[in-house]
Amino acid sequence: MADEVILLDFWPSMFGMRCRIALAAKGVKYEYKDEDLRNKSELLLKMNPIHKKIPVLVHNGKPVCESLVILQYIDETWSDKCPLLPSDPYQRAQARFWVDYVDKKFYELGRKVWSTKGEEQETAKKEMIESLKLLEGELGDKPFFGGEKLGFLDVAIVPFSTWFYAYEMCGNFSLEAECPKFMAWTKRCMEIESVSKSLVDPHKVYGFVLQLKKAFGIE
Amino acid sequence: MAKVGEVKLIGAWPSPFVMRPRIALNLKGVEYEFLEEKFGGKSDLLLRSNPVHKKIPVLLHADRPICESLVIVQYIDKSWPSSGPSILPSDPYDRAIARFWAAYIDEKWFPSMSGIARAQGEEAKKAAIDQVAEGLSLLEDAFGKISKGKPFFGGDAIGFLDIALGCFIGWLRVTERTQGVKLLDEAKVPGLAKWAGRFCADGAVKGVMPETEKLAEFAKLIMGKFKAPPPQ
Repeated sequence: MADEVILLDFWPSMFGMRCRIALAAKGVKYEYKDEDLRNKSELLLKMNPIHKKIPVLVHNGKPVCESLVILQYIDETWSDKCPLLPSDPYQRAQARFWVDYVDKKFYELGRKVWSTKGEEQETAKKEMIESLKLLEGELGDKPFFGGEKLGFLDVAIVPFSTWFYAYEMCGNFSLEAECPKFMAWTKRCMEIESVSKSLVDPHKVYGFVLQLKKAFGIE
Repeated sequence: MAKVGEVKLIGAWPSPFVMRPRIALNLKGVEYEFLEEKFGGKSDLLLRSNPVHKKIPVLLHADRPICESLVIVQYIDKSWPSSGPSILPSDPYDRAIARFWAAYIDEKWFPSMSGIARAQGEEAKKAAIDQVAEGLSLLEDAFGKISKGKPFFGGDAIGFLDIALGCFIGWLRVTERTQGVKLLDEAKVPGLAKWAGRFCADGAVKGVMPETEKLAEFAKLIMGKFKAPPPQ
């Protein structure tokens, strides 16, 4: 029986992009449904009644919610191709730890960089650079966080890079200048097809952020 | 089999997050050295082992640190696969459900719990308590669907989601006492109320779940000093 896979998503979502990359890397055919978050579909509300958020993976009618839960589900269900989590328990723990770190810190810092001004924005910019430097340390000399190939942590972090142009424009700073090693890693990821075809154009993201700022009355 | 001295856990007895890996290690029958942090300070070992967050628990396995309570629990499950029951469910979809609810507990439900202690004034306190109760109601529903009539979320034995939620039972009971409310209410959340009793009586939990009395005294001490929520 053919698998029915649907991804409920929203095009600029970093969390959605994670799922797109994983599905592409595994060669899974799926139906992509872009949600209007101001007018959520019946399907989304039914599949994620608790949080009513994207992304949601619907596999043969059964929903999986929360991007990191979805990533692990994709990795475990389509395990024959391109394993994302390492098999060694300690390395798995390290990958999970850093993904947890990124989710706890990065999203909120990014939001502050594009939506605040003055001291709050300066603090957020500084902390963002510190975070990226910490991640550079974790990367070390490896081409990818996963080692020689794209892994769990790479897939989880790389979508944030589509928002960097917007952060730089709103924050009037250069992440490239501050964290060149991190940017080099981003470029390496973009050479991989499953990544490049799943990520959106950073200029489009900036356009979206400008719309958000207008809608929320942010200068 | 872990060699003596090979497994250490940096933690503190009142912390529900520290309880999680302790229960997991007990389920696997793994002996470990419990390195207790003193309240109000952080040891050099902790700061060295978890430089990013500087928080407990930290598992040290052959001197390699693993941080974040649920990351540690999954690590324990993978590292001692043939000891004791599997902590995570075997089916990928069941695993996804368990992880989803664990994330809900940590990201939504636990903050609502700490919200009670932080709430100023009667109205805010009531709102905070209602939020916790609402969350428990959702978890009651989840328990019904996931346990499928068995004693635990994990089925016949304690599993990942039991550990993720069960570690808070002691503090829930303290909150019930200090706020004069019933949260694990047999009338409102009958499944969870009975599950809580079973969880606390389990051999892997009994030695690490503090007595409500002891926790309540500790709570008074820290509320007095910091007006802060339960420690992490």
